[in-house]
Amino acid sequence: MSDVSFVRTEMLPEQAPPASEVGLIGWAKHNLFSGWFNSILTLVSLYAIWYVLSGVLPWTFQSVWNANSLTECREIMMATWGSTHGHACWAVINDRWLQLLFGFYPSHLYWRPILALVLLLVALAPVLYSDRVPSKLLIFTAIYPFLMPFLMWGGTIWGPISAALGFVIGWGVYSALSKQLSELIGMIGSAVAALIWWLLLSSYFVGALDSILPIGIEAVQSRQFGGFMLAILLGVVAIGVSLPIGVVLALGRQSDLLIVKYMCVGFIEFIRGVPLITLLFVASLLLNLFLPPGTNFDIILRVMIMMTLFSAAYMAEVIRGGLAALPRGQYEGADSLGLNYWQAQRLIIMPQALKISIPGIVSTFIGIFKDTVLVSIIGLFDVLGLANAIRADTAWNGIYWELFAFIGALFFVVCFSMSRYSMYLERKLQTGHR
Amino acid sequence: MTTLTDPPKEQFRLSMLLYDTRYRSATIQVIALIGFMLLAAWIISNTIQNLEALGKPVEFGFFGESASYDINQRLLEYDSRDSHLRAAFIGLLNTLVVAVLGCITATIVGVMVGVLRLSNNWLIARIMTVYVEMFRNVPVLLWIVLAMAILIEGLPAPNAFRGENPTASMDLFNSVAVTNRGVYIPEFLFSRSLGDVHLFGASSLRFDISLDLIAFLIVLGGSIFSMRKVSAWAAAKQESTGDRPKTWHIQLGILFVPLIILMAALGFHLGYPELKGFNFKGGTHMRNSLIALWLALSLYTAAFIAEIVRAGILAISKGQTEAASALGLRPGRTMRLVILPQALRVIIPPMISNYLNLTKNSSLAIAVGYMDITGTLGGITMNQTGRELECVLLLMLVYLCISLSISAVMNWYNNSVKLVER
Repeated sequence: MSDVSFVRTEMLPEQAPPASEVGLIGWAKHNLFSGWFNSILTLVSLYAIWYVLSGVLPWTFQSVWNANSLTECREIMMATWGSTHGHACWAVINDRWLQLLFGFYPSHLYWRPILALVLLLVALAPVLYSDRVPSKLLIFTAIYPFLMPFLMWGGTIWGPISAALGFVIGWGVYSALSKQLSELIGMIGSAVAALIWWLLLSSYFVGALDSILPIGIEAVQSRQFGGFMLAILLGVVAIGVSLPIGVVLALGRQSDLLIVKYMCVGFIEFIRGVPLITLLFVASLLLNLFLPPGTNFDIILRVMIMMTLFSAAYMAEVIRGGLAALPRGQYEGADSLGLNYWQAQRLIIMPQALKISIPGIVSTFIGIFKDTVLVSIIGLFDVLGLANAIRADTAWNGIYWELFAFIGALFFVVCFSMSRYSMYLERKLQTGHR
Repeated sequence: MTTLTDPPKEQFRLSMLLYDTRYRSATIQVIALIGFMLLAAWIISNTIQNLEALGKPVEFGFFGESASYDINQRLLEYDSRDSHLRAAFIGLLNTLVVAVLGCITATIVGVMVGVLRLSNNWLIARIMTVYVEMFRNVPVLLWIVLAMAILIEGLPAPNAFRGENPTASMDLFNSVAVTNRGVYIPEFLFSRSLGDVHLFGASSLRFDISLDLIAFLIVLGGSIFSMRKVSAWAAAKQESTGDRPKTWHIQLGILFVPLIILMAALGFHLGYPELKGFNFKGGTHMRNSLIALWLALSLYTAAFIAEIVRAGILAISKGQTEAASALGLRPGRTMRLVILPQALRVIIPPMISNYLNLTKNSSLAIAVGYMDITGTLGGITMNQTGRELECVLLLMLVYLCISLSISAVMNWYNNSVKLVER
């Protein structure tokens, strides 16, 4: 029997995959033309992209940057390209961008909102990037809420200081009373003491100190606020204040205390059931009716209050979702360790619940920031109100794409970065085993 | 003999209100209640004092007065001599119109975009991502105002349709006119109409219901009922014999033949818009404000719905798709029979809140002059009568009722489709 069998002793060299499966062609075959339906979709989308870009790119780049009115813009377009269509007139932005950003804020004081914004980023850094920034900066974060109004509104420095003193007094009363008597009395006492300070005593304190030691910077009236600055101001205040209120409301809604629970439920459902614009009507028309006769405080503050309450209700629902998602065992574990209610919330429940609800919290932030443009309806000159004023101006009557593209881009940058940050945070805090 | 004595009964002491957890919760609640009542009393007394100083006691008599303003986009007949109540009612209907139109369009666009974002096609998935991010990150009010500006400034005026060489022409076989004063679409007319039923006499809530519409709905309902019967019959046949008889042609016949007969009997025809004088006449006129609001709201909400649909589909584990493929189901049927029924459970609750958001956002109509409930009750009526308190509170109440009823209906639907576990 002759030995005809052949046994290969060495491996064949690996062969290159077929040309249609690798590289650009392979990728296109798998991702763009994997079937007749996909091929049609690809062709249609390519046509759509070409159609949009062929309109938008020349419009954006073959544009007029220097002109004093739309008619002048059109004349330049006629002279340069022979048509007025398909060319942007960015001159309106060039002419009015400072106004769109700052409203009627005095131009020699522009450094103040800019400084406030920069300091805001500094104050946020230890919160947002807690692993990279030294936590000592948190002291600055605590000071910032009092520094910001001082920079924006100006006036005497004693106002913010006395507001801060209210918190110090409240804390002092709390720590004294809770040691002596009970925690509950401490909390009530501190709230009462702080309220008495703010409502009754602080005005005398400010007046007295201001006459002795007048330190301050030039005051700016609220009606001079406007533009994108106003959106950021309202957004930051509403976001910053609504988070703690939202936590309290969510805890109230989850609590066993029936009356507290139903008060929170009523508040949350009422606010969530009505549109923000009606709450802004309340701010502009009714809030003064609800306060003692003669009080008249400024419209921006009233709007801030209503927007904060509005976002707090949404925040409460988001956080309640996080609380409900925690397994029952976490609560029981905290109880079995002998932690009291607030300790359990602070050390066990809230860190986990807040982590679960990060996406919801950030989308509430984004929502409230976008909703700040609604103040243009009650007559504040935010960026949209200014855009409407510019469109009504005879020089720029008839312009709209350029203005709205600019405003849209401003909002897009802020909101998009917030949503990307929330994704980063989710990944960073991800501890699940998946 | 030992005697068992009860442990000494604990005396109630006042300090137990603070230190004993059994009583402390009651203490907290009583304090909260007192605080709340004090706050409410303070606000109410302030309001009464302020209103007295202004000389405006709370009363709702102004609703009977003549409104003396016009509402150009409306479903029911209304003129400026009608009362404020009637104006508010027309406004409420306008709110509902734009909310319903918006919800339907947003759902259709949103589901399509959400599914396409998960497509294997790289290009289309990217385009849809751009769409979603673009609409989600820019305020809806900006979209509404922009849509209005485009419609007013970008579209041809009615006189561009006139003359020997018109610069604009009507679309869709000369039946739809898109102008800067609004869109004119053909209207449904019946030459042998059955007439209307007038409800509520001459009161502010009066409205007419077309008998033609009722007849149409009755016939449609009957057809759908019979179609159900036919498919039940087909299912029974499949149970007993194993093959399913082809019924689609019967179904189509049952659906359309009675309707066509009814339409012919009523003398159905379309009334086309025509250029007469300076403007179009005939047809249904949809104002720019309605179209801008509808488009902007639905495209904006669609971006959110797309994300919800995408998340819902992604939430279904890959094993489900693989199991369906292993059973030999095609991708389309996998989606329809396996993925979607499970994904719906995840999708519906956030969808409800988006419908609610759309309805509440429709109050932004006031920015483009669409006369919804905010534009009538919270706009012109409030400015004319100067009754801010009554108007704003009623406006809130109306929206609260709309929100609560939408969420009640949707929760009922959600309960009926959700999977029953354990």
